[in-house]
Amino acid sequence: MTRTAVAPPTKGDTPRKSAGPLARLRDPAWYQTYGVYMAVAVVLLFNALFTDHFMTADNFRTQLVQVAPIVIVALGMALVIGTEGVDLSVGSTMALAAAFLPLYLGYGLVPALVVALLAGAVVGAVNGALVSLVGLQPIVATLALFVGGRGLALVMADGQLKQIVNPDLLSLGTGSVLGIPLVVWIAGVLAAAVAFLVQRTTFGRQVVAVGGNRSAAALAGLPVKRILIGVYVICGVLAALAGILATARLTASDPSSLGTLMELSAITAVVVGGTPLDGGSVRVLGTVAGALLMQLLRATLVKHDLPDSTAQIAQAAIIIAAVYVARERRSR
Amino acid sequence: MAPPEAIPQAPEAAGRTASAVLEARSVSKRFPGVVALDDVTFSLRAGETHALVGENGAGKSTLIKVLTGVYRPDGGELRMTGEPVRFARPAEAQHAGISTIYQEVNLVPLMSVARNIFLGREPRNRFGLIDFARMHRETGELLDGFGVRVDPRRPLHTLGVGTQQMVALARAVSVNAQVVIMDEPTSSLEPREVETLFRVIGRLRGQGIAVLYVSHRMDELYRICDRVTVLRDGRHIHTGALADLDRMQLVSMMLGRDLSDVRRSGVTSFAAEGHEAARAPVLTATGLSSRLQLHGISVSLYAGEVLGLGGLLGSGRSETAKALSGALPLDAGELTVDGTTLKRLTPAAAIRAGISLLPEDRKAEGIVPGLSVRENIVLAAMPRLSRAGVVSRAKQDRIVDIFMERLRIKASSPEQKVGELSGGNQQKVLLARWLCLEPKVLLLDEPTRGIDVGAKAEVQSLIDDLAREGLAVLLISSDIEELIEGADRIVVLRGGAVAGELSGDDVAEDRLLEVLADHAPEPADRAPATQEDPR
Amino acid sequence: MNETEPVTAAPAPPEAPAPRPERTGRQRAAELLQRQGVLAVLLAVVIAASFVYPTFASLDNARGVTIQASFLAVVALGMTMVIITGGIDLSVGSVFALGGVLAAWASQHGFLAALLLPLLVCGGIGLLNGLLIARGNMAPFIVTLATLLGARGLLLALTDEGATTRLVPEDSAFGELGQGSVWGFGHPVLIALVLFGAGGLVLQRTSFGQTLFAVGGSSDAATLMGLPVARTKILVYTLSGLLAGLAGALNAARLSSGVTIVGVGMELDAISAVVIGGTLLVGGAGSISGTLWGVLLLAVIQNLINQIGSLNSSYQSVVSGGFLIVVVVAQRYLARSRTST
Repeated sequence: MTRTAVAPPTKGDTPRKSAGPLARLRDPAWYQTYGVYMAVAVVLLFNALFTDHFMTADNFRTQLVQVAPIVIVALGMALVIGTEGVDLSVGSTMALAAAFLPLYLGYGLVPALVVALLAGAVVGAVNGALVSLVGLQPIVATLALFVGGRGLALVMADGQLKQIVNPDLLSLGTGSVLGIPLVVWIAGVLAAAVAFLVQRTTFGRQVVAVGGNRSAAALAGLPVKRILIGVYVICGVLAALAGILATARLTASDPSSLGTLMELSAITAVVVGGTPLDGGSVRVLGTVAGALLMQLLRATLVKHDLPDSTAQIAQAAIIIAAVYVARERRSR
Repeated sequence: MAPPEAIPQAPEAAGRTASAVLEARSVSKRFPGVVALDDVTFSLRAGETHALVGENGAGKSTLIKVLTGVYRPDGGELRMTGEPVRFARPAEAQHAGISTIYQEVNLVPLMSVARNIFLGREPRNRFGLIDFARMHRETGELLDGFGVRVDPRRPLHTLGVGTQQMVALARAVSVNAQVVIMDEPTSSLEPREVETLFRVIGRLRGQGIAVLYVSHRMDELYRICDRVTVLRDGRHIHTGALADLDRMQLVSMMLGRDLSDVRRSGVTSFAAEGHEAARAPVLTATGLSSRLQLHGISVSLYAGEVLGLGGLLGSGRSETAKALSGALPLDAGELTVDGTTLKRLTPAAAIRAGISLLPEDRKAEGIVPGLSVRENIVLAAMPRLSRAGVVSRAKQDRIVDIFMERLRIKASSPEQKVGELSGGNQQKVLLARWLCLEPKVLLLDEPTRGIDVGAKAEVQSLIDDLAREGLAVLLISSDIEELIEGADRIVVLRGGAVAGELSGDDVAEDRLLEVLADHAPEPADRAPATQEDPR
Repeated sequence: MNETEPVTAAPAPPEAPAPRPERTGRQRAAELLQRQGVLAVLLAVVIAASFVYPTFASLDNARGVTIQASFLAVVALGMTMVIITGGIDLSVGSVFALGGVLAAWASQHGFLAALLLPLLVCGGIGLLNGLLIARGNMAPFIVTLATLLGARGLLLALTDEGATTRLVPEDSAFGELGQGSVWGFGHPVLIALVLFGAGGLVLQRTSFGQTLFAVGGSSDAATLMGLPVARTKILVYTLSGLLAGLAGALNAARLSSGVTIVGVGMELDAISAVVIGGTLLVGGAGSISGTLWGVLLLAVIQNLINQIGSLNSSYQSVVSGGFLIVVVVAQRYLARSRTST
């Protein structure tokens, strides 16, 4: 993330001419943007040909339900990464939301949901304040919340697993509309909402600008601190929502293990989806595709009886590949 | 100013053609869309001080980067004392005996003076570990020879820019170089330090070390350099003794313009006539102070007038511009626009009051490279072009079209990523960003730095037009000619405070240099920030 | 904590140009606090705890705390150097676990094999990190994130998906390395101390150490000054891998088995210790000793919470998290008052 003093000048007025269609395949920038969609297509094709029972509605439903929480968290993570930040606390926020739920369900579903989401917002606000007002590195600030958040969740739940019996909450987890599970609908709607936010609203464009060049954004009068706090709050709320939905599906609130390693999955989805780590652009559809790709990859390996270890190594290789095509090119 | 010292001439250099210690033969360097160097041949003799001149964009820094191993040439070759050499990285050039000091101090700020000087070649004790005692001692001796008294253990960033530059020079010289390349070395030095530098150059000459001196300061070049090489648009134009060229001839070669043309209309594209200033000031700043950077700056800007802000690097010009636009946190001071005093000093408040700042470093503080031309232009105006938080494309497109045409911004479309544009067009995009806010006051910090000649001319005439249309313009430029010809009035800063003001006929090069060099003794109650420039 | 310049009063030079006035008393105090603050806090906590909980102040407890901390310490040593260059290594937890598994497996072939195999493989992983980062020009965060996953995957593959736990042969020299002690303090503790001593020496007194600071302080300046930036980066990540592997091997020796589930989240503990110890995450400044105090502080806190007994062990996380925030925020303000001129 350092700007190099040895970068070549961009002199000359000749704008880039468009080359033929196949030339695009040789352009690494194309891969960064569209590579993930190609990869998803390849995996689907592979499975269509070689995996039994893959192209069934049932399987698709299962895959989508499993990936939905990751998508929701990754949406928030994409916004944070778009400002050149990162949020390591999302898993703990999920656990925190899960811990709050059983305590307030006695008052009804809506109050409990509000409290849980509020908890996520508060975590996000603290993260945002530490980053923008105190000036901490995002890794450090969210690391602290990562550690403290799960601890707090465990304290509140006394380290215990609690069964969920509230029928409304349970139906959130298992219900379907038009044959598509509710959680998938929610993830889809949120993805569309975040995409709209990023592309068409002032706030969204300002988020991208802040990530692209924070000093320039500040000098242009953008409310940088407010924007930073905003993205972390959104990320916190989305993580809390994912925690609620996961709890509903599990029919139990388990703060000790909920959301473990979720930050890794979310960051992976964002990076593989083509959003650069040093900020300046947010690819919402790419993030969704990135999460899908990783999910399908895992599922493919499972269905072919390949062990977890292979899945992890494959994941690692894909991340490297995704970053490789995205790296800044230096000319000497 | 003290009369120039006699610079000792190296015996070999006088009367006999010394051998070339460093040569570039038919060197070319291309970047996507740009030919930075085109078949350039040039040679440096042992013991000579050789000037390298050219406008911004002429290829000077590219040539230096090729000579120092930062870039590899696409064509041609380099030779040292007749033998072909190839540098894959800066370390190799340094080992071959080529040392460089840059305009921006390229040392490690958090490390101490001594560590910086000896980085990569620390003296060892018999166990192979770094001998700090010897390192500090040798640093002290080295700096003493330069007339610089600094504790070798002090972190570099606590020193003023001028002193940091002297440390960089000490390092460059101490590495037993055969060639020392100096890229605009005096831009951050006090006159006293400039004398030190020239003394050192004299010593280098006596040792047979060649100095390649890049600068646009004519006085210095004519004082210490033997020969000069002129580059223009990446091509080699001329090499010869400086004594055979007068200033005007040199300048017209640099610009590629006819000598009589230059004599008549000046060096820049500013109109010869000045502007009509309004009576009452549109912006008044009183007593702007910021810890160790600014001390009680008071200045007024009038509609229709171009106010130049002069001073050496580190004198506080950029900080003043930032303070005037709310981007610098202040300890004291007030800003009044059209009679109303601003309550809060933030960039957003300044923008609302009609003040716009074009910052010095367009890469770090100006353009958002990943966004399109359109989005860069509307960045500051976005809230005004949106409805209920949703962006209105139609409104944006209208504004963008107007300004792309007016400023003649060359891009394949408004959606092109601004990082792909040339420096000149990027600068125009930034100007458009501020102009579309319809400001009353426009603060320009080095608006033509690092852009090609053509764009430079366009920007200069644009500034003229804007002043004529009634904008109050503040112009900061380290290009003396640009400052003299562009400004109606000049305020000179030194050490973060106002040192003088020039108006009318006094807006001329000799008067400006006088004020810049004038060293009035510091009153006791002022913070001691003049000997060492505040950061 | 900045080891790049010792705290000495510079004599005011007699003649012009007068350098800027010596840092004010307040700035010097801030500097001292930032450097040695962790040590001060550690001592304060230890002393206070010794009074309140007599069981804390026993030699036995000290032995327990230090042996627990020694493994994280070795890992954090490598992490310190990586962070000083402005990078980060998220893979150390997985590499730690991998080192243990490899050591346990190789221990059947003797002491040397048990040490060499983990060093070779884990050093190799570090080398891979370094190459991708320095030559591939990719961000350390994401490269080491990928290695985190890959190394853990490799570990699973080697242990039948985590099912197999190999045992270190009884009465082996290797086992003795992990379980033996000198004056009651385990071998790993002594090894950690020796490594820290060596590390401090390397950081402070060798060209390599200076280059680490230079690369972290300004990578561009370091390149222009002719320093071997790429080679240094590759070396430092390799070192990080080696140290993590060594720590894992020692842990296996102590547990007498290659436990597969260790090391999860260890990288974050290491980062916490390093940051608490005063090393700046942006690079360019830091100290080995600070990391040592940071590691000890975290270990002491964990130990205290266990001592207190009535407290839910989850409180440890909360306290650690809160601690991290407090320390880092304090450092931020101290750094500001120190570098503001």
